[in-house]
Amino acid sequence: MSVATRSSRSSVRWAERARPGSHAFLVILALYFLFPFYWLIVASTKTLSGLFDGSAGPLWFDDTFALFDNLAQLFTYKGGVFWNWIGNSFFYAFTAGVVGTAICVAAGYGFAKYRFAGRRIAFALLLGAVMVPMTALVIPTFVMLRGVELTDTPWAVILPSMLNPFGVYLMRVFAQDAIPDELLEAARMDGSGELRAFVQVGVPLLRPGIVTVLLLSIVSTWNNYFLPLTVLTSTKLLPVTVGLQQWQTQSRSATGSSDIVWNLVTVGSLVSIIPLVIAFLALQRYWRGGLSIGAVR
Amino acid sequence: MTATAVGSPTRTRSQRAGRATRRRQNWGWVFIAPFAVLFLVFFAAPLIYAGVLSTWAPSVLLGDRFVGLDNYVRAFTDPAFLEGLGRVALFVLVMIPLQMVVAIAAALVLDSLTTRLSRFSRLAMFVPYSIPAVIGVLMWGFLYSPSFGPAAQLANLVGLPSPDLLSADAIFGSLTNIVTWQWAGYYMVIVYAALQSINPEIYEAAVLDGATRRQIALRIKLPMVSSSIVLILVFAIIGTLQFFTEPQVMSNVAPSAVSPSYTPNLYAYNTAFQYGDFNYASALSFALAIVVFAGSYLFMYLTRKRSGLQ
Repeated sequence: MSVATRSSRSSVRWAERARPGSHAFLVILALYFLFPFYWLIVASTKTLSGLFDGSAGPLWFDDTFALFDNLAQLFTYKGGVFWNWIGNSFFYAFTAGVVGTAICVAAGYGFAKYRFAGRRIAFALLLGAVMVPMTALVIPTFVMLRGVELTDTPWAVILPSMLNPFGVYLMRVFAQDAIPDELLEAARMDGSGELRAFVQVGVPLLRPGIVTVLLLSIVSTWNNYFLPLTVLTSTKLLPVTVGLQQWQTQSRSATGSSDIVWNLVTVGSLVSIIPLVIAFLALQRYWRGGLSIGAVR
Repeated sequence: MTATAVGSPTRTRSQRAGRATRRRQNWGWVFIAPFAVLFLVFFAAPLIYAGVLSTWAPSVLLGDRFVGLDNYVRAFTDPAFLEGLGRVALFVLVMIPLQMVVAIAAALVLDSLTTRLSRFSRLAMFVPYSIPAVIGVLMWGFLYSPSFGPAAQLANLVGLPSPDLLSADAIFGSLTNIVTWQWAGYYMVIVYAALQSINPEIYEAAVLDGATRRQIALRIKLPMVSSSIVLILVFAIIGTLQFFTEPQVMSNVAPSAVSPSYTPNLYAYNTAFQYGDFNYASALSFALAIVVFAGSYLFMYLTRKRSGLQ
């Protein structure tokens, strides 16, 4: 809907006059928001000592270009554990994202298309859950998982990450608008059961919303820090967020020089954000469409 | 409801159809069941368990014992916890208005332009949201560093002493900057999407009436996207009250500036994992959850007319 109303936009040409103030504002915004990325790219090409006393200071490339040395060291340091971390992040984010999204889609559809007994109370509980800070649940979840000996396993990260009350809310709002009751009625007249009507009529119409919830939940699991920090102890199981933070702490309090790995912290950060930035830029029409679902009613 | 609306010829038939419809409505539970299970196991159970844990206290001689609400009395009279609450309240009052001004101003400017620069700036502003908070803090931690960050270099250029952006005095501003950098773009996109869905014919009518661009932005556009603004405010308040990742990572970068009880959540984490007191940590988590829930509920109630969440 947001695209359609814009088609008549060309008629509001008056807004398109050269506006130096607005453009200057946008340039400043872009510089500010991209500045740390620029710094990270430059820093990733530096040697350990170059990070501290590079020939051209912190904002320009050093004489020695060490990006490939850093990458090589990243491959081999501590048995290449960095690539374990990247793999773990992918595994946790995609498992929790895909299964969690499927659960959200079904629940949102159920809330939107059925008037079952207890629906109002269930939905009120759901909205309440959106309001409760998820991090307040981390410590109790840890104690509970420890009770059933699930801490320090991938499940300890994946299972709690599947819970996404806001995703259910988004899917409910989306399903209400996107699936006309008449289509479901027609499917039932043709003899479809409720599950078949959902899979063959509902799911295809929900596709844009599904992609959005999937993106948001993959990113939130990938970026999660508190939960894995709490429930995981084995270095091999860590996601990349916690792993890099440990290298940072280790470099700071290092006793031996082999523990100081600032150059790996920077190049590791760069490598770990590349997939996310690419995914965001490539799929931008989905997150933009999806973020407006919750906002525009 | 559909069966009765159709108006079947005979009463018995419509009753049978009504019963079938009612039975069909219970399929809703089938679709909700997986979520309901997850909700019970990973939301209700931890919450209840935390509630139970928080009414016990460890004791060296007697083992754990039931203490009722003692832990809560302790929490709400614990200077460290109260100070942390006060600090996140201050973050709410300072950081959120700053983020909102940046996000809304950017959304209004971006909505009124369709140049290549505006598309580029929109993406640039949103990219920080896609990266982990940990990495955002690590990057800014380097940039703030007095020994090798560019802030020191710039200050030295104009003959000033290097500012210590990681000192106890400056850390509030430094954290505010990191969070604004990471989240302003996300809020901007939500407001921008709402602005884009307004029918532009409204503006044409306003222009014919002689409205200026500023008047259109403030008197037409902003009121029309107020439900989105309420939504992002709720997100921002909930997120800020449970502030954890940034101060936790920052406490490794600048241990003297970020105390173990800097925010309530950080205090709960350190109580559990540094001091090993899971009972008191649960009480702290629970107390924080209550404060956040009450705060956001109150906010939603006060703004219910404009809110999109109903």
